[in-house]
Amino acid sequence: MGTLLTISGSPHVHSSQSVRKIMYSVFYAMIPAMLVSFYFFGLDAVRVMAISVIACILVEYLIQRYVIKGDLTINDGSAIVTGVLLAFNVPTNLPTFIIIIGAVVAIGIAKMAFGGLGKNPFNPALVGRVFLLISFPVQMTSWPVIKPLFAALKTDAVSGATLLGFYKENFDKIATTQETVHDFISAGLPQYDELGTVVSHQVLNYQDLLLGQMGGSMGEVSAIALLLGAAFMFYKKVITWQIPVSYLASSLLFAFVFWLIDPELYLNPVYHLMAGGLMLGIFFMATDMVSSPMSAKGQIVYGIGCGVITMVIRFWGGYPEGVSFAILIMNAFAPLINTSFKPARFGVVKVTKA
Amino acid sequence: MGGVHPPENKFSAGVAIESLPVSKRVYIPISQHLGAPSTVLVKRGDEVKTGQLIAKSSGFISANIHSSVTGKVFKVDEVMDQSGYRRTSVIIDTSDDVWDDGIDVSSELVTDISLSKQEIIQRINDRGIVGLGGATFPTHVKMMVPDGKKAEYLIINGVECEPYLTSDHRLMMEKGEEMLIGTSILMKALGVENAMIGIENNKPDAIGHLTQLAQKFKGISVHALKVKYPQGGEKQLIKALTSREVPSGKLPIETGCVVDNVGTAFAVYEAVQKNKPLIERVVTVTGKAAKKPSNFLVRIGTPISDLIEKAGGLPENLGKVIGGGPMMGKALMSIEAPIVKGSSGILLVPDEEAHRTPPKSCIRCGKCITVCPMGLEPYLLAQEIKHEFYEKAEKDRIMDCIECGSCHYTCPSGRPLLDFIRLGKNKVGQIIRTRGKN
Repeated sequence: MGTLLTISGSPHVHSSQSVRKIMYSVFYAMIPAMLVSFYFFGLDAVRVMAISVIACILVEYLIQRYVIKGDLTINDGSAIVTGVLLAFNVPTNLPTFIIIIGAVVAIGIAKMAFGGLGKNPFNPALVGRVFLLISFPVQMTSWPVIKPLFAALKTDAVSGATLLGFYKENFDKIATTQETVHDFISAGLPQYDELGTVVSHQVLNYQDLLLGQMGGSMGEVSAIALLLGAAFMFYKKVITWQIPVSYLASSLLFAFVFWLIDPELYLNPVYHLMAGGLMLGIFFMATDMVSSPMSAKGQIVYGIGCGVITMVIRFWGGYPEGVSFAILIMNAFAPLINTSFKPARFGVVKVTKA
Repeated sequence: MGGVHPPENKFSAGVAIESLPVSKRVYIPISQHLGAPSTVLVKRGDEVKTGQLIAKSSGFISANIHSSVTGKVFKVDEVMDQSGYRRTSVIIDTSDDVWDDGIDVSSELVTDISLSKQEIIQRINDRGIVGLGGATFPTHVKMMVPDGKKAEYLIINGVECEPYLTSDHRLMMEKGEEMLIGTSILMKALGVENAMIGIENNKPDAIGHLTQLAQKFKGISVHALKVKYPQGGEKQLIKALTSREVPSGKLPIETGCVVDNVGTAFAVYEAVQKNKPLIERVVTVTGKAAKKPSNFLVRIGTPISDLIEKAGGLPENLGKVIGGGPMMGKALMSIEAPIVKGSSGILLVPDEEAHRTPPKSCIRCGKCITVCPMGLEPYLLAQEIKHEFYEKAEKDRIMDCIECGSCHYTCPSGRPLLDFIRLGKNKVGQIIRTRGKN
C-alpha cells in the first residue's frame, strides 16, 4: 500500500505516430523536388521557398499568439508543409510581397480562421495559390525560363510559356488548321525577353519532362523528384494508395480516351501527366489528410472526382491548368463523401433499398 | 479488416510456469464471471477445504465459486476488485492445503472421456468453469446450443494477441495434451466433429508442438494465423478461421461456431477428468518495469502484490499496474486487488510510459477507420458522444465496438477515442434497455 498509481482507460500503449512526425515526413518527402527546383531556377527558387515558409510560420505564430491565444502550434510542422507547398505552386520570379499575401491567405484565412490544423475544410496552400492566381494573374502566369546552376546558358529569354498554357492558347488554331499537336510540340515553346518578344524556342522531349527541365511552378517540374517523395510517403504510411491511384487512373484514362479519338488534336496522356501540376497535386495536395475524405471508399470517389475535374478544366475550362481547382472543389465535397461512403462494416450484410 | 501491430514484448515467453506459494490470506470475490453474482454459502469462522464450494451459482448465467485454499473464513466483506469497485468477497486465512474429497490432484494424464454429453455440461457447470480469455462467460451456457441453432465448429483461441501476455502460450507448451483432451471433451459436449485451434504466427513453438500432439486427436486441427491485433477477438478469430462474420448484435453461434480459450480447454480437462474446480490459473507478471517477468500458476483470490513480490518486487520507477494486457487491460487502483478467474496477466509499466500525451486536434487522417476491426468510424463516434448525439451514435453502430483500443493506439493526435466510445456505449446501452421496457 502507499504506492500512488496512474489510472487511465485502455489502451495503455500508443503507436509512435504523431502529427509532428507525419508533417515532417511530408516535409522530407518534398526535399528532392525542392532541390531540383533550386537547381533549375537558382537563387530565385531559394528566395521564394524561404519567404513562403518563414511567412507561413510567422502568420501562424502571430495568430495563435495574439488572436487565438492558445498553445503554440508552429512546431507541429504543418505550417512548414503549407509554406513549401505554396512555394511549389508559384513561379520563381514572383515578387516577395505577393508571396507574403499568399501566406497570409493560406494560413490566416484558409487554416487559422477555421480553428487551425484539422479544422480547415480546404487545403491551405491551394487556397493561397488560387487567391494569388485570381488576384495577380499576370505575375502568377509569367513563367521564368530555367537557368540551371553551374550551366552557362546563353539566352536572352527571361520567361517562357508552359506546355499546357501554350497548348490552351493555340487550341483553336490546332483545331481549325492543318497544324497538328505534333507540329506544335516539335516547333517548341516560345520564350520571351523582358520586352515580351519571342527570342527562342524550347523543344521539349520526354526526358526534359521527367527531369523537370522546363518552365512552370517550382514544384511542378520534376516528375522523378516528386515520385521519389511519394515513395517515401508510402513507405512512411503517410499516404495510402486510394487517392493517388484513383486520381492518376481517372485523369489519365480521361486524357487517353480523347487522345484515342483524335491524336492530332489532343495532347497525349504522358504530357498531361508530366507537364503541369498533376504529379504534385496527386501525391502532395489531394492526399492532404485534413481536407480529403476519411474512408477508403470515399477516398477513391474523391480521387476520381479530382481526376475528372482536372481534365475537364484542362480541356474546356478557362485556365490551362485544373489541378488546384479540381482539388479544392473535391475538398468541398469531402464532408458529403464522408456521409455517403462508409467503411464496410463487420457483420452487416448490405441491405438493398426497398 | 483493420488491426494494428503493437510491439509484442513477450518477455516471459520462454519462462516456465511456476506454482506460486499459497498466500496467507486470500480474497475470493463472488462476482468474477459475467452474469449474476453467486450466493455465498459460508460465514465467518467456517473451516473450508481447497476445492470446496463456497458460493453457489445464482441463475442461468452465473457460476459456482470454490475455495482456492484450505483455511478459516476470516469474514465475508467488500474488497476492492481490479476495476476499483468494492465487491463482496470471501476472505480466508489459509492453513496447510487439504483438498476436498473426490478431487484427483495427481499429475497423471487421463485420456479416456467417460462422461456423457449431459454429464460433461453438468460437470463444467458444477466445477465453476468460465471463459478464461478475459470475458469470463460461464462455459456451460456456451455449451448449451439454443434450439434451432447448430454448432459446426469448436474454435479454441490460442491467439493471445495482447502484447506482453504469455500465459496461454506457456499453457500450450506445457499442458498441450491436457488442453487437447479438454478440447475433445468440449467437442463431445457440443456434438461437433471439428475443432480448430488458432495460434498467431509469432508462437511457432506452440504451433509446432500442438500440431504434432493433435495428430493423435480426431478432428482437431491447428491453424497458424497472421500476427495482428486483435486477431484473438472472438469475432475476428471466427472470421479468420471460417471466413464467416458474426452478424451485428448476434452471438457467435449464428455462424455455427463456439469459441473457447486454451485456458478454458485446460480447465475443462481438469474439471471433467480430475473433478477439479476452477481454483487456479496461469497469470503472466511482466512489463517493462517488471524485474523478473514470470508465468505463475496462481490460486484465485491471491493478492496481486504477492505475485509482484515473487516476480522481483515493486520497481522504483513504477507508474502504472495493469490487470490484463496493455491494449484492453484495466489500470489498477490498488495492488492489493485479488486475482480472479479472468486475470491473464499483471503488467508493471514504468512511469515514463504510464502517461498519455495531451490530445491534439483530429487531423482527419482516417487511420482510426483503417484499423477498426469492426469497420466503424471511431473519430465520428467520439464526436457524436462528445456532443451527446446518442441516437446518431447508435445508428452508427457504437454497440458493435469490441473496445480493442486500436483506434486510440493508432491516433497520431493521441485522442482518447475509446474513452468516448466506452462512455457512449454505456449511455446508448441504457437508452436501448429503457426502450425495451416500454
